[in-house]
Amino acid sequence: MSQENRIPMTPIWDHEDTSRIPFWAYTNEDIHKQELEKLFYKNHWCYVGLEAEIPQPGDFKRTVIGERSVIMVRHEDNSIYVVENVCAHRGMRFCREKHGNTKSFTCPYHQWNYDLEGNLQGVPFRRGVKQDGKVKGGMSKDFKTSDHGLTKLLVAERGGVVFASFDHDVESFEAFLGPTMLSYFDRMFNGRKLTLLGYNKQRIPGNWKLMQENIKDPYHPGLLHTWFVTFGLWRADNRSELKMDEHFRHAAMISTRGSGGKDTQTTNVSSFKESMQLNDPSFLDVEVEPWWDGPTAVMMTLFPSVILQQQVNSVSTRHIQPNGHGSFDFVWTHFGYEDDTPEMTERRLRQANLFGPAGFVSADDGEVIEFSQQGFEQKPFHRSLAELGGKDIEETDHMVSETLIRGMYAYWRKVMGV
Amino acid sequence: MKTTLITTENYLKLTQFYQTYAAVVDQANWTAWLDMFAEDCVYKVQARENYDRNLPMAALSLTSKGMLKDRIYGITETIFHDPYHQLHMVSSPLILSESDKGVIESQANYTVFRTKNDGIAEVYNVGRYLDRLRITDDGIQIESRLCIFDNEMILNSLIYPI
Repeated sequence: MSQENRIPMTPIWDHEDTSRIPFWAYTNEDIHKQELEKLFYKNHWCYVGLEAEIPQPGDFKRTVIGERSVIMVRHEDNSIYVVENVCAHRGMRFCREKHGNTKSFTCPYHQWNYDLEGNLQGVPFRRGVKQDGKVKGGMSKDFKTSDHGLTKLLVAERGGVVFASFDHDVESFEAFLGPTMLSYFDRMFNGRKLTLLGYNKQRIPGNWKLMQENIKDPYHPGLLHTWFVTFGLWRADNRSELKMDEHFRHAAMISTRGSGGKDTQTTNVSSFKESMQLNDPSFLDVEVEPWWDGPTAVMMTLFPSVILQQQVNSVSTRHIQPNGHGSFDFVWTHFGYEDDTPEMTERRLRQANLFGPAGFVSADDGEVIEFSQQGFEQKPFHRSLAELGGKDIEETDHMVSETLIRGMYAYWRKVMGV
Repeated sequence: MKTTLITTENYLKLTQFYQTYAAVVDQANWTAWLDMFAEDCVYKVQARENYDRNLPMAALSLTSKGMLKDRIYGITETIFHDPYHQLHMVSSPLILSESDKGVIESQANYTVFRTKNDGIAEVYNVGRYLDRLRITDDGIQIESRLCIFDNEMILNSLIYPI
């Protein structure tokens, strides 16, 4: 029976493979709640930030995992802790600053005070007040501060990037990525200290998975992103590969333009429309960096929370922060490396004009995600199609495939039990 | 706050300039928009968070007139987006400094409303212009305009200049 005839609609995957994706996967609020629980809060490592955002002891940054507010903080001994931003007393989301430096966390409501690891240090009037020689009020005799800390998350740091998990039984971060993804992760974060260049933030009215799919979809860049093609950044003859972890949840789109080096193919103005030239070619003043080791672009999707971007000299993390089934905040953190020359920093900043909410090739991604969600909402019994490159899930040595999307949904179905 | 010695005439020119800029972007008259900038110019749209923390990243960071022209080509020819109108409300300018060489540093608050084809006007971007302007015989030219916006999140995308 097709979804169309089932009223009320129940979320059943009525296709034998993942070359069809039901719209209810993006529109059903109950499915969304389950995703938060099964993908963001259990069994997975989620992105929280860069070490470079909290360089000094006591530095903290407030961020989110799924829809739960958390704080990443650097301890006096330099280790990093992540705690949930909910007071153990009355449940208040106590930390209001986006970032700062502190010796401890205090909830303003009743002054409950926590150390940077999240341990409750003290509560006012624990032993009551003395009045007329008698002790009045106070906490119960069996109240122990050690029972009432903040929720502490497991933390993984690698190459200056910080991940955390509410699930203390989660596999190691390295096992979570798997060897193939780990090698691309280590390529980008190879131990050099990162420098923070700043943020771009946008609210996209679409389901969060659409952003993962956008970066698992090499079909669209040469078609939607006219700018890429016009100025020769996307060419049909690019060497490309699509790779996944063994569960098909993470992926990398790897491409190499031309022969490397400063020839017209890899640098700027040569294009399919030979007449089109940039007025200021410095937008695409690309300099090959040794750490690339070949590929000029590697776009990694780490499921469920982050995208790691290397597009020539522009490097960033893109943090997916859902708010409800139909919207997410997308936070771009652009960075550089400690050994960057001032010219390289300028280059990274100039190339950042291609990306983010105003970017020449990223602004349109947010737009198509918004309009996809509109289509799903009006026709929730229908499904989308992901059949480019067949119906199977496999790594490829070309870009003409939607295999990574099919892979992600094979994993999603398994975890979600649908 | 220290007072400045700007002449009434220059203040009127400046006020007219800020309102003209708003009218030009509201009409999507990009040729006129480009003409308001000096050859050697900077135009940035930057989140207040980055600006206040001295982080250089900006949503848009155009550091030459050529880049401004390339941006206009992008928004008119290549970037796919939902069509929308802009409406700017720009406050009176506040003079920060004036040199005897005709360079004025000034700022003004702005509110931009966005109206989509099927939609109702919404508050799209709120912030302040932080400017370095030059008064010449041919009128005022922008040497540097930073649009420092308060919104924590850009509402999906930002296509047109503000």
